[in-house]
Amino acid sequence: MTIEVNTPTLSPLSTDARSLRPLLEWLARRAEPVVISLGAILAGLALFSLFILVVGKSPADLFRLMYTGGFGSWFSIQNSLSRAAPLLLTALCVALPARLGLVVIGGEGAVVLGGVAAAAIALPLTASVSPIVVIPLMAIAGMIAGGIWIGLAGVLRHYRGVNETIASLLLAYIAIALMNHFIEGPLRDPASLNKPSTAPLPAEYMLGNIPGMDVNWGLVIGIVACIIAWVLIEATSFGFAARIAGGNVRAAQIQGLPVGRLIVGFTALAGSFAGLAGMVEVAAVQGSANASLAAGYGYTGILVAFLARHNPLAIIPVAILLGGIDASGGLIQRRMGLPDATVLVLQGTLFVVILLCETFYGRFKIFNPDLWKSPGLRSNLSEGTA
Amino acid sequence: MDETGIGIWGVPLAIFAGAIRVSTPFIFVSLGESITERSGRINLGLEGTLVFGAMTAYAVAVMSNSPWLGVLAAMATGAVFGLVHGWICKFPKVNDIAIGIAMMQFGLGLAFFLGKPFIQPVAPHLPSIPLGGWSGLPQIQSALNINVLFIIGALLSVTLWWAFKNTRIGLILRVVGDSSDAARAMGLNPDTVRLLATAVGGSLAAVGGAYLSLFYPGSWNEGISSGQGLMAVALVIFARWNPIGCFLAALLFGGAGALGPALQSVGVTQGYYLFYAAPYMLTLVILVATSSPTRSLAGAPGALSITK
Repeated sequence: MTIEVNTPTLSPLSTDARSLRPLLEWLARRAEPVVISLGAILAGLALFSLFILVVGKSPADLFRLMYTGGFGSWFSIQNSLSRAAPLLLTALCVALPARLGLVVIGGEGAVVLGGVAAAAIALPLTASVSPIVVIPLMAIAGMIAGGIWIGLAGVLRHYRGVNETIASLLLAYIAIALMNHFIEGPLRDPASLNKPSTAPLPAEYMLGNIPGMDVNWGLVIGIVACIIAWVLIEATSFGFAARIAGGNVRAAQIQGLPVGRLIVGFTALAGSFAGLAGMVEVAAVQGSANASLAAGYGYTGILVAFLARHNPLAIIPVAILLGGIDASGGLIQRRMGLPDATVLVLQGTLFVVILLCETFYGRFKIFNPDLWKSPGLRSNLSEGTA
Repeated sequence: MDETGIGIWGVPLAIFAGAIRVSTPFIFVSLGESITERSGRINLGLEGTLVFGAMTAYAVAVMSNSPWLGVLAAMATGAVFGLVHGWICKFPKVNDIAIGIAMMQFGLGLAFFLGKPFIQPVAPHLPSIPLGGWSGLPQIQSALNINVLFIIGALLSVTLWWAFKNTRIGLILRVVGDSSDAARAMGLNPDTVRLLATAVGGSLAAVGGAYLSLFYPGSWNEGISSGQGLMAVALVIFARWNPIGCFLAALLFGGAGALGPALQSVGVTQGYYLFYAAPYMLTLVILVATSSPTRSLAGAPGALSITK
């Protein structure tokens, strides 16, 4: 490996700085996704501001309202956190398969079926069984339903070669039809006239709020799930094998890694997180399974996962940010007379720009210590880790 | 009721009429997608293009009082969406499937944003041709009232099938779709060809949207599409990138979609909602039946990411 020295981008480092080099290298490698993502978000906001200017409104007012509505007061922060909770789980439904190189976009189907399954298992038991038993059972039922649904997309992918993006989306439509079938038919509470629903859960069978906050336990469940997913990917051999398979399937197969089991396991786990989001929606928000389960959390989760670059820990701040944007929608509508779809336009713009910015990875020398040019380090590099 | 009742025969007739009515957007979106995919790129964002096309067509038809002007305007916006998709995909490391999903969300958001003022007004509808005048039965008359876009779509599918095989443009498209290297060796720029193919695909998808808002169901609202733009992508795979296959598959899908309402019309109410899943089930079953884990699909463009 030869290193060009004609244009040093860093001044020759002193001996002091040389000991800092590992730290700088670590920082540089870590900084790349953060800087590029933040740059992409800023570029997306700039583009969106242009759009707002074109429709004759003030972007400054809009962003101020967005801040006020999302994070300006304790009330709005709690509102944002509540909206972020399901996004944490549905984003995991996209992020986990993505580490294997799969694009799964049907999380909405796992959410609705998870919700229906949770309600279906709880309702016959509420008369006789204690909530301490029923609530975990609901969570398990929701996770199993969601896991089967997205796991099916993984099975079809591995054993039949069916494209998982399209399969998961078709499954989502089928799931919504199934949900409508159950809540309008076998599970319908005759008392629910205008909005077909299952019978409401008694209050003691609901999840309730985190003490001291007007935010339900779904937020804690979501954050714990993100941490578990992060540990799974970064610190277990299962996750390591998945990352190898995501990088190069052929290499993983030659190494004898169980690619099929990885694909099915990761998609099923991803689906069970989304199913859990459906359970939380039933047990903490709606109190019954109804059409509000298909509120689009599965679709916003796709955006969250891509913005977080499929890193489960990065999902936490991104979900809170998008929860805040979502929470401010009503205020923007009332104060500025803009349609509620304003938030959707912003989300779409951010999504497109962030994907476009993928092209910048590896293009900036400052993030790649192997390309740092510094005469003083030449010998170090050639005999060192490079 | 007696003179108009045709009893159980109403079901196949309703499915036939429904197949034609429901299939028309599928025909246009899948023909557009087949052009794009033949060039070696996949545009998963056609759902957004379709909905934006539906909104544009409706808005322009309301303002100009001409439905055909609406269709033209929709085609123009569809081409713009295609150009944006094609331009972004040109950059290295950008994933065309992910961009499609992003463009879908962007297109939906923008359509809902700009379409808000047009939910109330009524737009003029596209014309249809009454081919059922020979029959005295009103059901048959209405079933054979064929919309003009369906006929255009049928003709277009044959034309495209011929053009892929026999024209210079068709050959260029197929070469680029099968191998970027071979295309470069011939002095073609694959990015430019794909850019144009995505633009044409987008404009056709927007016609599908225009049909939804200007003929059936014939109004603009935020729930106008039920995933036609997405199912069309699966449909193209099933049709093996063959335009005539796309047309036939669209008819099949239309028929499946018409099953629920047709059964409801004769009083079948049990499991009614499950019939809504029929087109999606059918798509999935077909995908499972035609895919294979070991070989790529017969007739698939070699450079297409989705079949690898």
